[in-house]
Amino acid sequence: MNTKTRNLSFLLGFLLVALVLAGAVSYLADSNPDGLDHATLQGCEVVETAEGEQLQGSCIAQNAKNHQFAGSPLADYAIGGGENTTGVAGVIGVVVTVVVAGGFFWMLRRRPKA
Amino acid sequence: MTGSVAMHMSDGLLNTTTSLLFIGVAVVGLAVAAAKARADLDDRTAPLAGLVAAFVFATQMLNFPVLPGVSGHLLGGALAAILVGPWVGALCVSIVLVVQALVFADGGVTALGANITNMALIGTAAGFLVATLLKRFATGKAGLVVVAFVAALVNTVVASLGFVLEFAIGGDPAFSLGAVSATVVGVHCLIGLGEGVITALTVGAVAAVRPDLVYLLRGTSRPLELREGTPA
Repeated sequence: MNTKTRNLSFLLGFLLVALVLAGAVSYLADSNPDGLDHATLQGCEVVETAEGEQLQGSCIAQNAKNHQFAGSPLADYAIGGGENTTGVAGVIGVVVTVVVAGGFFWMLRRRPKA
Repeated sequence: MTGSVAMHMSDGLLNTTTSLLFIGVAVVGLAVAAAKARADLDDRTAPLAGLVAAFVFATQMLNFPVLPGVSGHLLGGALAAILVGPWVGALCVSIVLVVQALVFADGGVTALGANITNMALIGTAAGFLVATLLKRFATGKAGLVVVAFVAALVNTVVASLGFVLEFAIGGDPAFSLGAVSATVVGVHCLIGLGEGVITALTVGAVAAVRPDLVYLLRGTSRPLELREGTPA
């Protein structure tokens, strides 16, 4: 294999791993609050109500504002808030990230002197 | 933040002045990183850096249990820095945080400065510093994997200290700083173990197939380069 093919196959392999992690393994993710959320939720109890989850008690998380983009089509890693769409949202996220980051780094790179 | 899958700081946890202060910190830090990153980016490493960002995005989705009712996820600073260098690495994590905030409504937009400061700047710097210091004591693939584990563990804990600092400056004074800090840092020691395992596995896998692409290994067992047109 020449260097170009070798590089390309490594990059494609890396992309495939990221797609599988975001698209499939993400369904196995623990849905409990993460470390930061856990800390800001100390003192509160999360209660299910007709209007969704409510925080009862007194905790830092009550200061949290709703996200400006809470209504956006991919909010909370789901397609339009749909159940079991995490994997699709994850795949879109990987593609968006690789395009944005790859494009940015490609523009920023040192170019060989002509 | 009711009923959402937020992974990062939401808006409202810090006061406006503090949020703006850390937006300033993030902007300055990222400007420096972008200027320095240029030297580490070429036709070969730029696409790899894009994929490292995508890999960090994917891995951040994989919350793992750390305590009953508490999860954790990768932050990715040490991972990115070991693979593509600290400057490019900081930019990778920042791009992930921007995509998450703007596209996935994860992490507040005004809190973006604080989130970038913690995870992309402080965490990445700490992880890379530890990796660089430990590198000289490590030999072979096993050594690299251990270095990656420790660097990632430190990266996670130091990033959580960033939150403590921000909360001390501009958090709601109604809540005890000591109690919040103890919980945040304590839980992140456990999350750091998971971050360490994921980082060690990833760095180990890349080093097994393409050691030449691992930034941290540069200058160690690199064959001499022939430079055309440069007199010896």
